[in-house]
Amino acid sequence: MSKYAIPLAIFVVLVIFLAIGLGHDPHEIPSPLINKPAPAFQLAQLQDPAKKFSAAEMHGKVWLLNVWATWCLPCREEHPLLVELSRSGAVPIYGMDYKDSRDDAVSLLSEQGNPYVLCVSDSDGRVAIDYGVYGVPETYLIDRGGVIRFKQVGPLTPESIEKNILPLVKELNK
Amino acid sequence: MKRVAAALLVLGLAAVAVWTQEARPAADDPILEQRVAALSQELRCLVCQNETLADSRADLAQDLRNQIREQMKAGKSDKEIIAFLTDRYGEFILYRPPVKPATYLLWFGPFVLLIAGLVFLFRHLKARRALITVEPLTADERRRAEELLGGTSDIAATGIAERETV
Repeated sequence: MSKYAIPLAIFVVLVIFLAIGLGHDPHEIPSPLINKPAPAFQLAQLQDPAKKFSAAEMHGKVWLLNVWATWCLPCREEHPLLVELSRSGAVPIYGMDYKDSRDDAVSLLSEQGNPYVLCVSDSDGRVAIDYGVYGVPETYLIDRGGVIRFKQVGPLTPESIEKNILPLVKELNK
Repeated sequence: MKRVAAALLVLGLAAVAVWTQEARPAADDPILEQRVAALSQELRCLVCQNETLADSRADLAQDLRNQIREQMKAGKSDKEIIAFLTDRYGEFILYRPPVKPATYLLWFGPFVLLIAGLVFLFRHLKARRALITVEPLTADERRRAEELLGGTSDIAATGIAERETV
């Protein structure tokens, strides 16, 4: 019996490690920006390029920053969820159109609904680099003090909104 | 006809020459380009994670290489640029993970396993050697063995001979 105890123990430990490894998405890289101030930016607004919008204007508010593009398929999947979330009024959503054509973005928003209070265009993707964006969509939850509190890599899902975003928004708005 | 062909060939070559010139990247400063290439060898592409920033053809990799080039032009040191990138993307972007307490297991784990394995192997071999005791054959056993070997030797020999003739 004791002869098999050690190999069995090693095997069990190995299986546990592998099972944990399988549950991880290697594409989800933890962001070093969590609990750090959201990088400042000033970008032209998508709908009205003559006007600028800067992150500093959001001081004192809890808000979502959603990085998206019309060429990104998962963004389209996510879009109805964003529209629904914005209708619920739980949290204001601001958009950042990443390396995209302005016309395409404007027409998509007018066709499929515009969940954004306001959308800016990051046409050369520089601000996105400041935010550590490495794929679209990505969504940041920023608190009243302008600190990033949560980052969603990939499209939002009903579960992640329910489990992560809404409880955190509630807590941050207290 | 030959002349026309030659002229066409020359034209074609000229076109290729012009084209290659256009395709060349911003090599106005070869030393800078070399620095960009060397540093991006040390960085990971976040889109295709097993590639370095230098090898990747992903859009983001291109943007990050441009970012590196610009910062180098602005006089930033390699260290400052690496700090800029790890501030945004975390240490994951480093192709060579830094040696620090959180990565000790990664760096030294394999050696610990190797040493543990060797220790286990030697102890096992030692224990096994103690189990083997050489017992010489008794006179009776030796006689029986010789008898058995002697009795089968003929068959064995013919067996080999038959196989050899095939």
